[in-house]
Amino acid sequence: MSNFFSYRIQVVAVIAVLIFFGVIARLVTRGRLRTEYSFVWILMGILFLVLTVWRRSLDLMAHFFGVYYAPSLIFMFFFFMIFIFLIHLSVVSSKHHEQIKKLSQENALLKEKLYREKNKEGES
Amino acid sequence: MEKGTFRKVLVIVPCFNEAESVASLYTELAAIGVPGCSVTPLFINDASTDSTLRVLRTLGASYLDNSVNLGIGGTVQLGFMYALQNGFDIAVQVDGDGQHPPSELHKLLEPLLDNRADVVIGSRFIHNTGFRSTGLRRAGIRVFVWLNRLLTGNVINDSTSGYRSYNRKAFSELVHYYPDEYPEPEALVYLANKRLRLLEVPVLMTERRGGSSSIRSLWSVYYMAKVTLNILFLHARRQ
Repeated sequence: MSNFFSYRIQVVAVIAVLIFFGVIARLVTRGRLRTEYSFVWILMGILFLVLTVWRRSLDLMAHFFGVYYAPSLIFMFFFFMIFIFLIHLSVVSSKHHEQIKKLSQENALLKEKLYREKNKEGES
Repeated sequence: MEKGTFRKVLVIVPCFNEAESVASLYTELAAIGVPGCSVTPLFINDASTDSTLRVLRTLGASYLDNSVNLGIGGTVQLGFMYALQNGFDIAVQVDGDGQHPPSELHKLLEPLLDNRADVVIGSRFIHNTGFRSTGLRRAGIRVFVWLNRLLTGNVINDSTSGYRSYNRKAFSELVHYYPDEYPEPEALVYLANKRLRLLEVPVLMTERRGGSSSIRSLWSVYYMAKVTLNILFLHARRQ
């Protein structure tokens, strides 16, 4: 029983990551998340899982990078990743903005053309 | 363009919730006669939430209808696309809120017909006539004048004026690039970088009949920052 208590947080973390995987899988299968984005989140989940199961990995990495307080490595790493991902999303969103604009403009031109053709047919 | 030929002029009227003013604007535009030109008004409904579209249909006006709201930039650019596809020689932008009286249209067309300019900007500021907008807005406009002169050497006093005419060479460029929001000052820098001849002529403007300005005081700081940044980025991209 004491064994369980010392691993309590790990158990919670593993369950949380598994639920997270479940949510991602559900979003992808329902078509609400594109597969290419799910990669990022699955990779993040795997990273989390490794850190949870192999607790010494964080200390080893902190030692390797010369970081005194190991958890700060996690914060730094995830902050950095999220930051890059957000920039990526802004770029994607800007691209979509341009594409929607172009589509809507062409759509408006086609609607007008169609309307004119129809009127011509009606007259003849 | 040689002088003396008949020119097809498209008057682009972007409309966002302008149901109150489109009818009178349509009547005025339909009555306009400029020697040597055939003037066609084209209303563009930018996904209005009021009855603008219904009014346009009832009037029997030529119109385009955006499925989603594109903002003033995308809407006016759509007008340039239409002008290019349908073989127009000149495109004029007239705001749908009635600030730009059609009776002044000939002043914008003459320099293009005489081939003295590629782009003509109708200005409130050259002579002190008519409606001249607020002090805060004028201060902002002065910043753009300064920025414009610094980057392009052009002195355009009313760089936010949307009452403009373009010849085919000019609007063909704008089909490729036109800013989304608050496009007017930035477009001037773009056009100058494309080595087009800009000319400012005095026109009379009236107070808006309906709708509200796209520039409210709360947004004016954002507006200034965005347009300034856009102009600087645009100028940097030129090289």
